[in-house]
Amino acid sequence: MSTSSHDQARPAAPTGATTLSRELSLQLHDLMLRSRILEDRLITMYKQGDGYFWIGGPGEEAFNCSLGLLVDKGQGPEHDYLHLHYRSSGTLLALGIDPVDALRQMKNTASDPFSRGRNFAGHYSVRKWNVAPVSSPIEVQFSIAIGTAQAQRKTKGISIVQGGDAGTAEGDFATALVWSSRKGQELPLLMIVTNNQYGISTPFEGQHGESRIADRGKAFGIQTATIDGNDPDTAYFALKKAIDYVRTERKPYLLEAMVSRLRGHSSASGANFVKEETDCLGRFEDSLAEKKILTREQMKEMRDKYTQFLLDASKKVREEPFPAPESIWDYVFAEKNHVGGEK
Amino acid sequence: MATMVQAIRMALHVGEDRLGVTDIFGEDVGQPLGGVFTATQGLKTTWNTPLDERGVIGMAIGLALAGRKPVAEIQFCDYAFNTIDLLKIAGSTYWTTGGDWNVPMVMMTPVGAGIRGSIYHSHSFDAQATRIPGWKIVMPSNPRDAYGLLLSAIQDPNPVMFLKPKALLRVKAKAGEELPGEPSDEKVLSKMIDAPLGDRSKWRPEWPKLEELFIPIGKARIARAGKDVTVLTYGRNVPMAVAAADELASEGIQAEVVDLRSLHPYDWEAIKESVRKTNRVLCVNEDTEITNFGEHLIRRIVDELFYELHAPPKLLAGAHLPGIGLADTLEMASVPQKDGIKKAIAALAKHLP
Repeated sequence: MSTSSHDQARPAAPTGATTLSRELSLQLHDLMLRSRILEDRLITMYKQGDGYFWIGGPGEEAFNCSLGLLVDKGQGPEHDYLHLHYRSSGTLLALGIDPVDALRQMKNTASDPFSRGRNFAGHYSVRKWNVAPVSSPIEVQFSIAIGTAQAQRKTKGISIVQGGDAGTAEGDFATALVWSSRKGQELPLLMIVTNNQYGISTPFEGQHGESRIADRGKAFGIQTATIDGNDPDTAYFALKKAIDYVRTERKPYLLEAMVSRLRGHSSASGANFVKEETDCLGRFEDSLAEKKILTREQMKEMRDKYTQFLLDASKKVREEPFPAPESIWDYVFAEKNHVGGEK
Repeated sequence: MATMVQAIRMALHVGEDRLGVTDIFGEDVGQPLGGVFTATQGLKTTWNTPLDERGVIGMAIGLALAGRKPVAEIQFCDYAFNTIDLLKIAGSTYWTTGGDWNVPMVMMTPVGAGIRGSIYHSHSFDAQATRIPGWKIVMPSNPRDAYGLLLSAIQDPNPVMFLKPKALLRVKAKAGEELPGEPSDEKVLSKMIDAPLGDRSKWRPEWPKLEELFIPIGKARIARAGKDVTVLTYGRNVPMAVAAADELASEGIQAEVVDLRSLHPYDWEAIKESVRKTNRVLCVNEDTEITNFGEHLIRRIVDELFYELHAPPKLLAGAHLPGIGLADTLEMASVPQKDGIKKAIAALAKHLP
């Protein structure tokens, strides 16, 4: 990535940032740290042969954990629907998943509650919290999110859909812009683009003529913002503003957050740490130490404790059984309309 | 005596009136047009979408996930090909999430040739559809089945594809194909539910007092009984095969026409029973012949009923061509016609082991 293109797409300065309270700073740091350590553990599991593939969101914690803290969590159209992609562990941890379940999905055990050993790590599904299933095809969630948003037009819930920068080249991104912004038929839809400046190996300038993806919303009269997603204060309050707007106005909002990709695209590119990119967690910890909200010692203790916990957990998960071969035939067809409330 | 398109409309009415259908939508599906074939005319939950098939299918999936009951239309199946990955997601969601989310949606789309629809209004979709696991797929051949299958599709907690044989949409029901509760006089029915020409802004349909009829998904129907040859077919080719079989009766050949009605799951018991009786099988459909659903049926028949067969099973399907040409001569030469079906049945009947 060339510095110039990076600077061009990055906003000049974070605007409208308000400062997180001490309590919120501590909560967000805790989640960001746990999220980072979870991804580290997943990568280690992959490298040790306890999984076939890793993909995740190291470098997006400031933004994704904030998102998880801000949604109205619950089941059904009165609460928020989340149509996420495969870098969303931070959001799920903030919602309250057991991180050990993420290890189970990595190890594809029968106990994996998200996909019963069927899907890759990071492909979450939690119906009780309106987390729609994450699927590998890029951007399809933008076509599906308009449906939950349509069902929410007369509720207080909103739909939140998130994808990366490269995926906005897909027609599904245009689908979300077009369908959500029709006059008199606007949808309560928050569209989030976490822009890490890459599509696997293709740099931003290789597939974008627009300097800011958020600008594409302007042609549709959609409120937009491009923010520094690596800064927790900025990310949290920009998300809060966007969510409040969609919830109150019942109209779409397009939020582009500049984030880092600290372990590359996936295990396919090695998943090694990328030193050149901004580390939102490191930056946040510097600031917390400087503000004397946490000491380095305290942060190290937390890190060690969470690392040990997931190490122990991964050893236990390793012993859990794989799905039975005959289970391939389970869940082909539903007997009951679960989403319709049938028990 | 309703036509198939009237039967579909009446099923959708019962769906939105009694079975919880919340949204019927697609390109030009809303009022006043009510669909390019009038299948959604006069209904209360219809609305127009942007011209975006991926959006139509994505919208249906999202509505279903949110607990609504959507019926989405793709105006012609020829335009469903850019939605296939979304159709795959609709079909795979219950499985990939280990039973967490089911997707109760109906997708309906007109299929097949027979209206001189040229290259992009003549495609079949049954071969593609049966390649997408997790979907139930139905295709009626008469108004009563259209009504009963659509009600079952609406009630199903899974994604169900309702393929509309477009050449049969305006064909009237024959005796025995009535909808329960429809007026017997077709003119009376038309006056009640067909929108007038011109200004429709004040017009409201008067729906007949219809009874519910649920034709189970997965159950075939014997469209014509016979002992000599089994014809496995569906949709447009059913009345064609019945006509061919009727003509052959004078030559002493009795063909049995099995109207599958459901392509997935399909009624293997009915197929087995018929093949055991006739020992000769012809599969007929309009989709292109390479990697065709009839090929699957033949494979399974060979696997499981080989020693019951007195002749090699035969497939009569659409020619493996890039398209169906507009000229009458081209369309007729591209997909099965009555005479071809007749010849194929006769050849099988006369085949000696």
